[in-house]
Amino acid sequence: MTIPNLRNTLRLRPMSAAVAAVTAVALALPMTAKSDDTTITAVMHSSLRVLDPIITTAHITRNHGYMIYDVLLASDEDFNPQPQMADWQISDDSLTYTLTLRDGLTFHDGEPVTAEDAVASLERWGERDSGGQLIFDVTESLEASDEQTITWTLSEPYPPLIDTLAKQSAVPAFIMPARIAETSADSSISEHIGSGPFRFLEDEYEPGVSVTYERFDDYVPREEAPSWMAGGKVVNVDRVVWTTMPDSQTAINALMAGEIDYIEQVQVDLLPILEASPDVVVENRDPLGYQTMGRLNFKHPPFDNKQIRQAALMALSQEDVLATMMGDPEYYEICGAIFGCGTPLADESGSESLTSGGDSQAAQQLLEEAGYDGTPVVLMQPTDVTSLSAQPVVAAQALREAGFEVDMQPMDWQTLVNRRASMAAPEDGGWNIFFTNWMVPEITSPLINVMLNGRGEDGWFGWPEDEELEALRREFIAAESDEEQLEAARKLQVHTLDEVIYIPLGQYIMPQARRDNITDMIPSPVPVFWNIDKQ
Amino acid sequence: MLGYIIRRLLAVIPVMVIVALFVFLILRLTPGDPAAILAGDSATPAQLERIRDRLGLNLPIYEQFIQWVKMMLQGDLGVSLISNTSVSTMIGQRIWPTLNIAMLTITISILIAVPMGVLAAWRHRSWIDYAVMSFSVLGFSVPVFVIGYIFIQIFAIELRWLPVQGYTAPTQDFIGFLQRAILPSFTLATIYVALIARMTRASMLDVLGEDYVRTARAKGLREGTILFRHALRNAAVPIMTIIGTGFALLIAGVVVTESVFNIPGVGRLTVDAILARDYPVIQAMILLTAGLYVLVNLLIDISYTIIDPRIRY
Repeated sequence: MTIPNLRNTLRLRPMSAAVAAVTAVALALPMTAKSDDTTITAVMHSSLRVLDPIITTAHITRNHGYMIYDVLLASDEDFNPQPQMADWQISDDSLTYTLTLRDGLTFHDGEPVTAEDAVASLERWGERDSGGQLIFDVTESLEASDEQTITWTLSEPYPPLIDTLAKQSAVPAFIMPARIAETSADSSISEHIGSGPFRFLEDEYEPGVSVTYERFDDYVPREEAPSWMAGGKVVNVDRVVWTTMPDSQTAINALMAGEIDYIEQVQVDLLPILEASPDVVVENRDPLGYQTMGRLNFKHPPFDNKQIRQAALMALSQEDVLATMMGDPEYYEICGAIFGCGTPLADESGSESLTSGGDSQAAQQLLEEAGYDGTPVVLMQPTDVTSLSAQPVVAAQALREAGFEVDMQPMDWQTLVNRRASMAAPEDGGWNIFFTNWMVPEITSPLINVMLNGRGEDGWFGWPEDEELEALRREFIAAESDEEQLEAARKLQVHTLDEVIYIPLGQYIMPQARRDNITDMIPSPVPVFWNIDKQ
Repeated sequence: MLGYIIRRLLAVIPVMVIVALFVFLILRLTPGDPAAILAGDSATPAQLERIRDRLGLNLPIYEQFIQWVKMMLQGDLGVSLISNTSVSTMIGQRIWPTLNIAMLTITISILIAVPMGVLAAWRHRSWIDYAVMSFSVLGFSVPVFVIGYIFIQIFAIELRWLPVQGYTAPTQDFIGFLQRAILPSFTLATIYVALIARMTRASMLDVLGEDYVRTARAKGLREGTILFRHALRNAAVPIMTIIGTGFALLIAGVVVTESVFNIPGVGRLTVDAILARDYPVIQAMILLTAGLYVLVNLLIDISYTIIDPRIRY
């Protein structure tokens, strides 16, 4: 039998031709992927899935809050409170605060913003925010005196009230219509109407995929120049789209190809690729960055013993942790200040061993003096969060070198979040140590730093019972001058590191990248999309 | 036949009940707390407790199960614990990208792999056969994300012929859909081409040795007619099986490709839901996937009767 040749025998050609045709058509057509001139497409650090900026402290939701809501007061780049929706006056006895809304404030549904809306919003915020709770603890009344005036009467002076109202983390006091703000603070709101510079387009929202904002034409910006979250919020583009890209490499490729305009956080190890791209600018516009830290469990051995906690602190070196985590020293900073370096309350007292490479020998000696009996330290290691992968490994090694028995247990972040809430003994599903990261604005003051809470089981995970810590916090709140505040903060710094309430492991920044036709972005710890222009 | 289809469809019910019970229990036994994801890092235990109450997570497990079953029976998939969005809306938004990419992938795979397999069997132990087999081994062995990155580098970054990422619905812009779907589909297709080509080759090799093929050749039929009309049709049952199960696997396993090409499909929805312990979304997605498997298997079984009239149910 002769084998016929391919040309005459196979009827493959129609099929192959179909594939080729489909490909050719697609290839031949003009690319439509470039983002247009009136829309900014940004890849943010995480996907937006919770839309209620009061119920959660998630940064992405807070950032969403700043897009569509406005705040009464806002913090500028010098950490000073500035009027935003309202101006304020304080009575001579420091017990009555009068906030007056400025003219022209309108919600996205066309209704005017009234003092009643502000009161309802502040009340809901006060149920969730730790700083707000402290104000409401001393609140006698909070009411709308007229359409534009809010009167806040206290039972005792609370000097940090204005600073607390102006803060940008963790939960800013966003103003929403009263009917929405009346939702319980333990349930998510279901309507998303603010009076901020952008409108949220609900029809285009896909949780976990993308969220689209449109310029709110009736927004009246302040006349002052923008400065962090304060000043005039002038919007120069029609739309802003936040899109989620779970793969960092994809985001980088898309930026280089001009399909997106901005990446909020770029992994440091991928920077060389972007730096080689002529149309892309890599920069840092967040002057503060993040603090990474370790938290010990005060309820169970061995860290129920102060000397053993001190030994753990002594064993750790910020340089080792940060170098492993970030690689390039340009993106991290050794910093022993519990309130973060570059902030008004920064003080590095008591952090000498942490900032100078650790002191393993001193740690060993402390362990010996404390009579450490080899109780294993259960160290929780999250395996699915890139920014938390280095700390447990480096810390485990340092603790072992100092003489600790370390039982490092890998788990996903969700399991860790669940387990850290367990007060059970480590061998029964509890824990001894874990690590996490905070944006520096979340820890800059004892009023908002959740770890500085000495109320035992009512406080944050780890549950230190520390009356002196509480007394120092009260001293800070009562301080009437900057000097008094600084002194109280310094005492808190010393006390925190002496008791090892938590272990600051230094600061790092996540660089951002943009196409070079995106201009006039404001430097700020919260990425904001007002003022930006697209050439 | 109709009786068979009805019996098979009825058999779906116990399967889904078992899957539902299994999924519900396994999720509740997995550590994790959606309230903690919702509230963020600095929530106090008391705040978390109140949110858990609101979400109904503090009810006894059997009560939560009964509530869920009642809702499912009414066709209500519930509301996401995290985004407070209806689960059916979320799945409705995300299922089409995955289905469309999967259908394009399977189409491309069949168009390439079946002729490849037939060729390899026809030219058994020739260089064509070895080339097809080598490609199959390569297609199986190279991780799909590596292939994705290579395609992106060549076609999107170097040549700039196609976009790097994203998805456009074909109903909105068919050309845009093709431009964005070609790279992910070819990426996914590599493994299915390998799978289907191997199966086609093996099945064809069996058939090509049969007497009727020799008879057809003796009668002087064209080689193409013999291969595609006579041999391939008789070899088609195992090929259909592999295509069908491949389609179901594609829907369930598309997550890596969705991440690399930034496609907003159900793979990412499921993984995100698992990481956030968003129970209603996970439950709905697993039930949907299980249902899809059952349906695809039924369709494959029905297709046997069309391909091979000897098969009767």
